[in-house]
Amino acid sequence: MSELAVELRDVVKTFQTPEGTPVNAVDHVDLQIQNGEFFSMLGSSGCGKTTSLRMIAGFEWPTSGEVVIAGQPQGHKPPFQRPVNTVFQNYALFQHMTVFDNVAFGLQMAKRPGDEITRRVGEALEMVKLGGLDKRYPRQLSGGQQQRVALARALVNRPQVLLLDEPLGALDQKLRKEMQVELKLLQKEVGITFIFVTHDQEEALSMSDRIAVMSLGKVLQIGSPVEIYERPNCRFVADFIGETNFLEGQVRAVEAEKVVVFVPALDAELAGVGYQGFHNGQRVSLSVRPEKIHLTEQPPDGQKSFPVRVTQVSYIGSDTRVLVQAGKTTLKVAEQNKISTLDPDAYFQNGEQAFASLTPENTLVLPLDEVP
Amino acid sequence: MLQQLRENKSLQGALLILPTMVFMAGLLIIPLALTLVISFGQRGPDGGVIFTFSLDNYIRLIGFQPGCLQPSCFDSLYLQILWRSLTLAFQTTVLVILLAYPLSYFIARAPRKRRTTLLFLVLVPLWTNFVIRVYAWMMILRTQGVINGVLGWFAGLLGLTFTPLEMLYTPGAVLVGMVYEFLPFMILPIYTSLEKIDPSLYEAAADLGANSLRTFLRVTLPLSLPGMVAGTILVFIPVMGMFVVSDLLGGRQVILVGNLIQRQFLDARDPTFGSAASLILMAMTLVVTYFYTRKFGFGEEIVTA
Repeated sequence: MSELAVELRDVVKTFQTPEGTPVNAVDHVDLQIQNGEFFSMLGSSGCGKTTSLRMIAGFEWPTSGEVVIAGQPQGHKPPFQRPVNTVFQNYALFQHMTVFDNVAFGLQMAKRPGDEITRRVGEALEMVKLGGLDKRYPRQLSGGQQQRVALARALVNRPQVLLLDEPLGALDQKLRKEMQVELKLLQKEVGITFIFVTHDQEEALSMSDRIAVMSLGKVLQIGSPVEIYERPNCRFVADFIGETNFLEGQVRAVEAEKVVVFVPALDAELAGVGYQGFHNGQRVSLSVRPEKIHLTEQPPDGQKSFPVRVTQVSYIGSDTRVLVQAGKTTLKVAEQNKISTLDPDAYFQNGEQAFASLTPENTLVLPLDEVP
Repeated sequence: MLQQLRENKSLQGALLILPTMVFMAGLLIIPLALTLVISFGQRGPDGGVIFTFSLDNYIRLIGFQPGCLQPSCFDSLYLQILWRSLTLAFQTTVLVILLAYPLSYFIARAPRKRRTTLLFLVLVPLWTNFVIRVYAWMMILRTQGVINGVLGWFAGLLGLTFTPLEMLYTPGAVLVGMVYEFLPFMILPIYTSLEKIDPSLYEAAADLGANSLRTFLRVTLPLSLPGMVAGTILVFIPVMGMFVVSDLLGGRQVILVGNLIQRQFLDARDPTFGSAASLILMAMTLVVTYFYTRKFGFGEEIVTA
């Protein structure tokens, strides 16, 4: 068996817009997904993530390029000949069949013997904690239960790859969090490769082994959740995943990965890290996450800082989000509320003067000129 | 008064259905009761009705003479007419389903914008009066009609002698006319239920290993059953009582219960026998519809919660 569960080789999918102009929904995408991996495709709507998934499932065929599953090029194979199963966004359960018949459908199509079907459907329903509901109809189940039926219906076939198209999108916040944990556990248990499509970055970060961030049909970055968040490779990814502050400036000095940038808005030089080979004089963007800016009432010792004025404070429980005016720009700062107190002095107030400090490893230098 | 109306939900309901109730009472329930009474009467010498309580009309309908229930008096003529009506309605319904299903499927799968145009085309023939459309079929089917004309022309080209086909005034002609008249009433409900099927269900079936045929049998067909049931009710019941199509395309050859009733009232001037036949027709239709709807329902959509 090949090491790779799924491979996309220079895949392009072109659609005609209603106006008749062709558009590449998926634009020269290369992906290599390992066996047993929980892989997410993350992006806003129209980024090509769902189209990519549909090409793996066989609902769409690439305009050019090749989809390879378990070492086998798929060409124009129809969905029913591919070793993958899909969990649909709206579950797509058969409303005229019982839960049992829904889950048994794939095994019946594969012409498995009756007793094997009964046993495996029972196991699959146990696995998604729906034991005993096999005689119900989908309409008699809650959204979360329907979600589980869809999951069981796909997993019962023991596919080599399970494709999940925003499966948690229709669930409420609390249920969604529970299902995230459960899905992750389930994936570890069955050891099947999961390819998970979502527009919810938190969902992708919390569940995935690796994430592909997509925009306008292209894959911008592939990496672990930590890599994607801590070391985004471009402004788009930095902006899309979590929150960040961008500061524009000009490179003053480069020493391997250490880059010194002059930021006109702050009228100061900031040291940061950059991995794309910068050169003196290049215009760049600095990305600093709000929680990585340190606010203090007094200038910290032995660390570079700059004076700021607090302009807006919003307390959101775990954090306090603070907007500060720094030079000619506004920065978002997130202060974690580590100490439980009702004392208003423990929190920053509007109009207060403070000092912001940041360390070079928290200051990421990114190229300014990029397509998306 | 107005205050009372605002608060009393059942009074509101009663007022809302009142116009329909008056209409139905005046034009359905009272006439139906009259028909029932007349069917037990006897024909007067001048074509009027003598109100008595006699079962004579019903005895004649099942094939015997009043006052003679011996097998020697038995004549199956009326039973044959009833049976012919029933089988013709059945054949029409089956043929209409077979013709309407693929067409509805095609329309339902067409691009959204084109569906409106296609449905519109289905309804265009209904703009012409329905009797005129039956006359058009006479033009097409008769001995010197369109079909025979074309066939004769081809035969002439090939140098063959051509005997025109006898198509008009046959049971086949009546069947063709019925199918033609009632096709739209099957297309629309089947289309409606097919159009409601979420396309992702087809994808789910394919994803789970079903090819097109099995997807159709396991998913499409069961989910479109409500449309077929509703269409069947809309087609079967009117065909049972139809007399214009059989009159014009069947002539004296194909007499249905509808024709029988019409002739009793207009030609034979025997409203008592006509009333009895009407009630038998109603009873037959009710029985068939009852058993049918007990099995399949009235074509309610499968509720998608």
